[in-house]
Parts: sequence; structure tokens; C-alpha cells
Amino acid sequence: MKSKIPQFLAFISGVVILVAAFIPHTPFGMFEETLTNWFMIISSFAILLGQSSLIQSNLAKISQKAPDWKYHIATLVSFGAMLIFGLLWGMENTPGILGQGEKIAENLGAKPFDYLFEYAFMPLSSTMFSLLAFYIASAAYRAFIFKTFESNLLLITAVIVMLGRTSFATVLTSWIPDSLHFLRLPELTDFIMQYPNTAAQRAILISAALGVVGASLRIILGIERSYLGGDK
Amino acid sequence: MSNDINLTKTLRERRIIFLLLVLAVAIPIIFPLGLKTHSTPLTEKAFELIESTPAGSPVIISFDYDPSTVTELQPMAIAIIEHAWRKNHKIIAMAMWPQGSQMADMAFAEVQKKFGEEKVYGVDYVNLGYKPGGMVIIQAMGRNLKTVFPKDTAMIDYDDIPILKNIKTIKEIKYVVSLSAGDPGLRDWIMTANGKFGIPVAGGTTAVSAPGFLPYVNDQNQLSGLLGGLKAAAEYELLLGYEGTASRGMNPQSVAHIFILMLIVAGNIRVWRNRKKEKMAKEVKNG
Amino acid sequence: MKNLHLILLFLLIGIFAFATSEGTETYTAEDAPWDDGTAVLHRWNLSAKWEFLSLQKADSLGVYQEIFNEFSPSGQFKETGLNPDTKYQYRLVAYNEERSDSTSLFSETTTQQQWFAMNKLPLLILLVIVCSSVLYYILSARKGKELFIRRISGLDSIDEAIGRATEKGKPILFVPGISDLGDIQTIAALNILNQVAMKSAEYGTEILVPCRFSMVMSAARETVKDGYLKAGKPDAYKEDNIFYVTDDQFGFVAGVDGIMLRELPAANFFLGAFWAESLILAETGFTTGAIQTAGTGQPHQLPFFVVSCDYTLIGEELYAASAYLSRDPQQLGSLKGQDFGKLLTIILILAGIIAEIAGLGWFKNFFEGVF
Repeated sequence: MKSKIPQFLAFISGVVILVAAFIPHTPFGMFEETLTNWFMIISSFAILLGQSSLIQSNLAKISQKAPDWKYHIATLVSFGAMLIFGLLWGMENTPGILGQGEKIAENLGAKPFDYLFEYAFMPLSSTMFSLLAFYIASAAYRAFIFKTFESNLLLITAVIVMLGRTSFATVLTSWIPDSLHFLRLPELTDFIMQYPNTAAQRAILISAALGVVGASLRIILGIERSYLGGDK
Repeated sequence: MSNDINLTKTLRERRIIFLLLVLAVAIPIIFPLGLKTHSTPLTEKAFELIESTPAGSPVIISFDYDPSTVTELQPMAIAIIEHAWRKNHKIIAMAMWPQGSQMADMAFAEVQKKFGEEKVYGVDYVNLGYKPGGMVIIQAMGRNLKTVFPKDTAMIDYDDIPILKNIKTIKEIKYVVSLSAGDPGLRDWIMTANGKFGIPVAGGTTAVSAPGFLPYVNDQNQLSGLLGGLKAAAEYELLLGYEGTASRGMNPQSVAHIFILMLIVAGNIRVWRNRKKEKMAKEVKNG
Repeated sequence: MKNLHLILLFLLIGIFAFATSEGTETYTAEDAPWDDGTAVLHRWNLSAKWEFLSLQKADSLGVYQEIFNEFSPSGQFKETGLNPDTKYQYRLVAYNEERSDSTSLFSETTTQQQWFAMNKLPLLILLVIVCSSVLYYILSARKGKELFIRRISGLDSIDEAIGRATEKGKPILFVPGISDLGDIQTIAALNILNQVAMKSAEYGTEILVPCRFSMVMSAARETVKDGYLKAGKPDAYKEDNIFYVTDDQFGFVAGVDGIMLRELPAANFFLGAFWAESLILAETGFTTGAIQTAGTGQPHQLPFFVVSCDYTLIGEELYAASAYLSRDPQQLGSLKGQDFGKLLTIILILAGIIAEIAGLGWFKNFFEGVF
């Protein structure tokens, strides 16, 4: 019974949304909107679940004095600080419990929440994203090796596209005559991106979409039940 | 033991690579090379969409990114806002990512420095803030914009905002530009705003995500132009006739690309030398 | 005389026809086809002598209010936000700049809700064909028909990866993507997680599952618990090993990178939806020496995984994984149905190319929903 009800709900929701996609007449359009609104409401409440898991797991590691337990204190302090500042003085133009916090904003230059957002959170996020540049460099050094036919093709294409995406591209191949303009790096790069790359991406997209159809059908028909926790 | 030596060697190599990359990026920032970029068709298509839209048209710019991708997407936002304001479009900003709203405020503040008091909040632009839900929100905007955004980020009622006076649904919008770092984002706008409501959509994404959206730039105009990465932002600035953050950023980006190409060459030399050593060792072993 | 009258009559008719044909202006307002009755399609054909137009709708008091005024001699406008099953009256006024001359054309229509979006007929046909083929093969599999599925090395390596983790005495890390439960890639990842959890329980290896969204965490906990149950080791299940990190994309990546560098898992699984952080995760895992298997439906992240991971599931292989690992005949049957869908797509693409070359535009128009 515990798994039958969710399976039944999955079946009904799946079929209703599928049918509603083809029938503009009410009430079918409303079904889709209502079900998706329900999903949004449930997601919002589920945030509380996540926050309690975060607090529980970090507190457990602190109490057990697990390795690097001090960093878990930092997590909880940061979480608490943003929560409290946001609740008390709000953010941007939204007031908090204690109002707009004009005095604090005057001293800091911004509300505490906005201040931490701009000078702590934003630089940290950008730093994490910037790791990509370093990792691309180390991955390129390791992976683009002249070995098999496929790896050679990858290497040559990567070189053309990387050069083509720089300001040097035009300079390097501007000497190529107009009759052979398609061999100039920027145009060669555009060709690679627009044709072979797009064709491959479309092929993967189409097959992935068919995979989604198959997976969705299995879920709607109740053949696949692992996401529910299987059979009980 | 040899595994440990290899691991140490690999770690040392990585650290040298990272240090050299820092220098490759930092030096062109301190000593700009003055490299010029040229516009490409995808950027020109996005430019043309905004250029050809009549003055006074209400438009949406959706800030679907967060601070991690601000380096690539914020210059695009600034350039697009400037272009829209030059054409006297009425900009309605919104976000499907939580921090997108703040990104919008920062972008408007930056462009406002050029336009001064010419552009007034509520009359020329408005920030409706963040709403979760992706495609669901866009569909709801197709029915009633006011129910989705009853107030803006300054807590002003929808009906009290002059720019929104004649706008009941998203169908009155002339185009949408989604600056997107992931999901929800550009794909939702393409499928709903363009697919369902027929509104022209242009997109700005990180360079890494751009190839995934190329199939949407087609005869059906699912996407009316795509800005992919810092280079595209620099191209847009070029089309607008000014040198901004993106154009200046192309200097270190170009040098970094060349550095990575040199790393590829170095990597191949390393592998070739190792193969040669192994071959010689085998020959010695076999006599 | 009679002939002269006839000739004059024909001349007059000709002159009249010529005069009206040059000045024939039309305006129609019709219910927009195949919708929920909230739109009206206005079409007009005006003389080139006009410079402005005003399309007006009568309100409840019969007073005309302007709803559109972009001039073009021949054009159309779709008015939306109307009420279904309601009669509307319209007036199109075209005039010159001085307003010294103008013309008014009237039309009325009743909005109607349609029961079927005819422009989606081709989509329905394709969906029925693909779903039918999936169902056919599922039924064939139920009847005992042997179905061949090619090897997917990324999935075959799961046993090897878990075995390695067991030998080293290190845990397994499973990241079910960074998208929410509404994304089918996450569901596919959770289906694989069930199998991986079962095998980990059999081997007695710990499995760590950091989640970006709370709903995913809840579903992952149920999935892993079921895996341990199936392996006959429910007591070994630790709820705290499946935990929420943060909703923020790069905050999540920082958290997972920290776990990889501290816990040093011997096997990493990155399965689900990933965006720009894919290379950061994969490279960090590479530096720890873990055996890595990745899979995503995002084509633009696949190159990063291919470069840094030992095995990569490409696109639909991620969705096929659950069927492949369980070897359930019904699930395998659905994979065959998908393959039929691919064959159909190839045939349609080729047919479309031939049709376009041959000038048979109706083929493409049919699939675009233009009839």
C-alpha cells in the first residue's frame, strides 16, 4: 500500500500532464498549472528539511570532535549569521523585523546581509568558478595527447577552436586570400561550432530525449520504482 | 614507491602549471596588449534583435545567474542594458536565480552612471526580483504578470509602477534576453516564451554552456542570437562602440588560451619522451 | 442597339471591378485556432495610401478602445488575454497623417475553446508511435523474448569500482547531479544509486551521497535504504551518510571537493545533471586517485567528464543504466522501444532532406504544425 499510492499518483499525474499538453480546453490547461504549483509549494517546504539536515550533520561532527571539526563551526556560524542579519534588517529594499537598518547601513555602507553577500559570498563564488581555468589547464596538459585517431581529431579541433576564440585568430590567418577565406581561423572555428559540433549535440539531445521518453514511460507505468525506495 | 614518486611529480607539475597560468592572466591585465576583437554572426543576431525593436517597447532581461559567473555574464548585462536604453526600451528585470536580482541592481547601477537622471526607476526600468519555478513562472506570466510579481523589489505595488501600466501578460513583451548560467534559465525561456508565446528570445551564457544552445539558433528562430562567454560580451561592446570590462578581459583570455596551447604541446613532448624511454628500456632488456 | 447596351454594361462592370479590386480592403477578426479560447487573430489588407491604423475593441458599453496601432498595409495581430466563449466586436480605422481621410472596417467574432491543438498533431503521432514501440517491446520481454543490449563499459565498471573501494577501506562517493527532483536526470541517477547502494551494502563499503536539494536528499535516503534492505543488511544503513550540503551551485561544489580531499573516496560516481562545475568535481577526484564514473544528459559537460573520468555514460546511457543494471526484462524492453524511436528519427531526417531537395515543402510544414 505504501508504494501503491505513490505509484498511482505518479501514473495519474503523468497521464494528466501528457493529455493536457494536447487539449487547450479547460479544465486540462488548469491541471498542468495546478500540479506544477503543488510541486513548487512542496519544494519550498522541503527547504526546511535541508536546513535541519545541515544543522544536524554539522552539530554531530562538532560534538564527536571529528577531524577538522572547527570548520563545521564556521559553517554553522556563517549559516546563522546570514539568517539572523537577513531576518533582522532584511536585504536591499526589503525590510526585516527591525526595519530597514538605516543606521547600520550608514556605517557599513550597506545592510549587513548585503555587505556579507557582496564582500564575502560573491568573491568566494567567483573563486570557486575560477578554479575551472586552472583545472582546464591541467586537464589539457594531461588529456590532449597525440595517440589514436580519435584523440588526434580532438586535439586538432581543440587547437583550432581555442585559437579561433582569441583576438590573435584574425592576425594569424589574415594573410589567407579571400578565395580561401573559409580557412581563416575565426571562420573555421565558427564552422566547427555550427556544423559538426551542433550535429553531435543535436544527436545526443535527440537520443537523450528518447531516453527521457522511455524513462518517463517506465516511471508512469510503475515499471521503474527505485526512486520511491523500491518495493516494500 | 614509484607510484609515490609519480604522484609527487604530478603534484609538482600541477603547481607549476597553476603558477604559470596566474602569471599568464595577471600580466596582460597589468600591461594590456591592446588586442582587438571582431564580431561574429551569433552576436550580431542578438544585437540586431534589440536594434530593430521600436522605441518605447517593453522588454524583459532575466538575470538567471549568480556571482560565480559574474565575470562572463555581468559585462553582457551591462552592454545589453546600455543598448536597450539607447533604443529607449522599457526594461523589466527579473530573476529565476536567487542572487539574480542583486546582479540586476548592480548592472543597472553601472549603466546608470552613463545615463544619469535620464533613466528613471519605474518609468524606464524596474526590478521585479526573484521568483523560483523556471518554466512554471514563465507560463504563469503568460496568464497574468501581476499575480506572479505583485510588487517589485522596492515593495512598490504592480499597479503603481508606470512601466507596467499597460502590461498584463508576457505576451505584450517585445523580446526577452536571458542571461543564464544553468537551470532554470535560457532553455526555459526558449521553450515557453518563444515556443508557447512566440516572443523573440536572445541568450547570454557562459562559454562552456554556449555550444549546448547552438541548435536553437535555427530557421525557426527559437533563439534570436546567442552570446557565449566573455568574447561575445567583448563583441557586443565593440558593436556598441565602447571598450568595457569584457573587451579588457579579452587580453588575459587570449594569452591564457595561448598558454594552454603551449601546455598541450608540452604534454605531448612529455608523453613522447616517456614512450621513447620505455622503448629504449625494453630494447636494452631484450638485448 | 441591344449589343451596344451589352457592351456598355460589360464595360461598366469591368471599370467597377477594376476600381474595387485596386481599392479592396479587408479586415477579419477570427477566433485563434487550436487554443483555450483566449485569443483572437486579426488580419487586414489595406490600401498603401494609409499611414496609420487603429485597431479598436468595443467594451461592454459599446465604446471602442484602441488595442493595437502598429501600421502595415498587410498584417496580422494576435490579441490574447480574452475570455472564452465571448463575443467581441472590433473596428479597424486606417487614416492618413492629417486625418483628413480615413476608412473604418468592422468585424466580430466569438472566442471558442478547442478540444484539440491540431498544430500538435505531428507530435502526438510521433509520441504514440514511440510509446507503442516501447510498450510492444515490454510486452515481448514479458513473454520471454531475449533482448540484446550492447555493453556499456561505464556500468560494467561499477562492480570494479566498489571492489576497489572495499580493498582500500575507503568510502564511495555518489553525487546524484545538481538538479532538483523534477529533472528526469536526477531520477535516473537515483535509480542507479539504488543498485550502487545494494552492491556497497553487499561489499560492506560506506557510501556518501551529498545532495544539493532537500527533496533529492529525501528521495536518496529512501533509495539507499532500499538498497541496503535488498542486500539483507538494513542495520548497516546510515542515514547521516546521505546529507544536504547547500542550494548554491559553487557552494555545493566546494563542499563536495572538501569531502573528496578529506575522506579520499576510492570511487566517485557523478551521475545526473551537471553544469559548469563538472570539471571542478572531476579534476579534484582525479587528483585523489579515485576511479571515476560520470554520466549526464548535458552534452556540453560530457567533454569535461570524458577527459577526467575513467568511464563516462553519454546521454541516453544514463537513462538506460537502471534497466541495464537490473536486467529486468520489462525495463530492457523499453530500451529497445527507444532504439526504434531513434531509427524512426533517422528515417524522418533523411525523408525530410529528400523532401526539401525535391521541393515538397508540405513534409516540413506538417511537422511544424502548419496545415
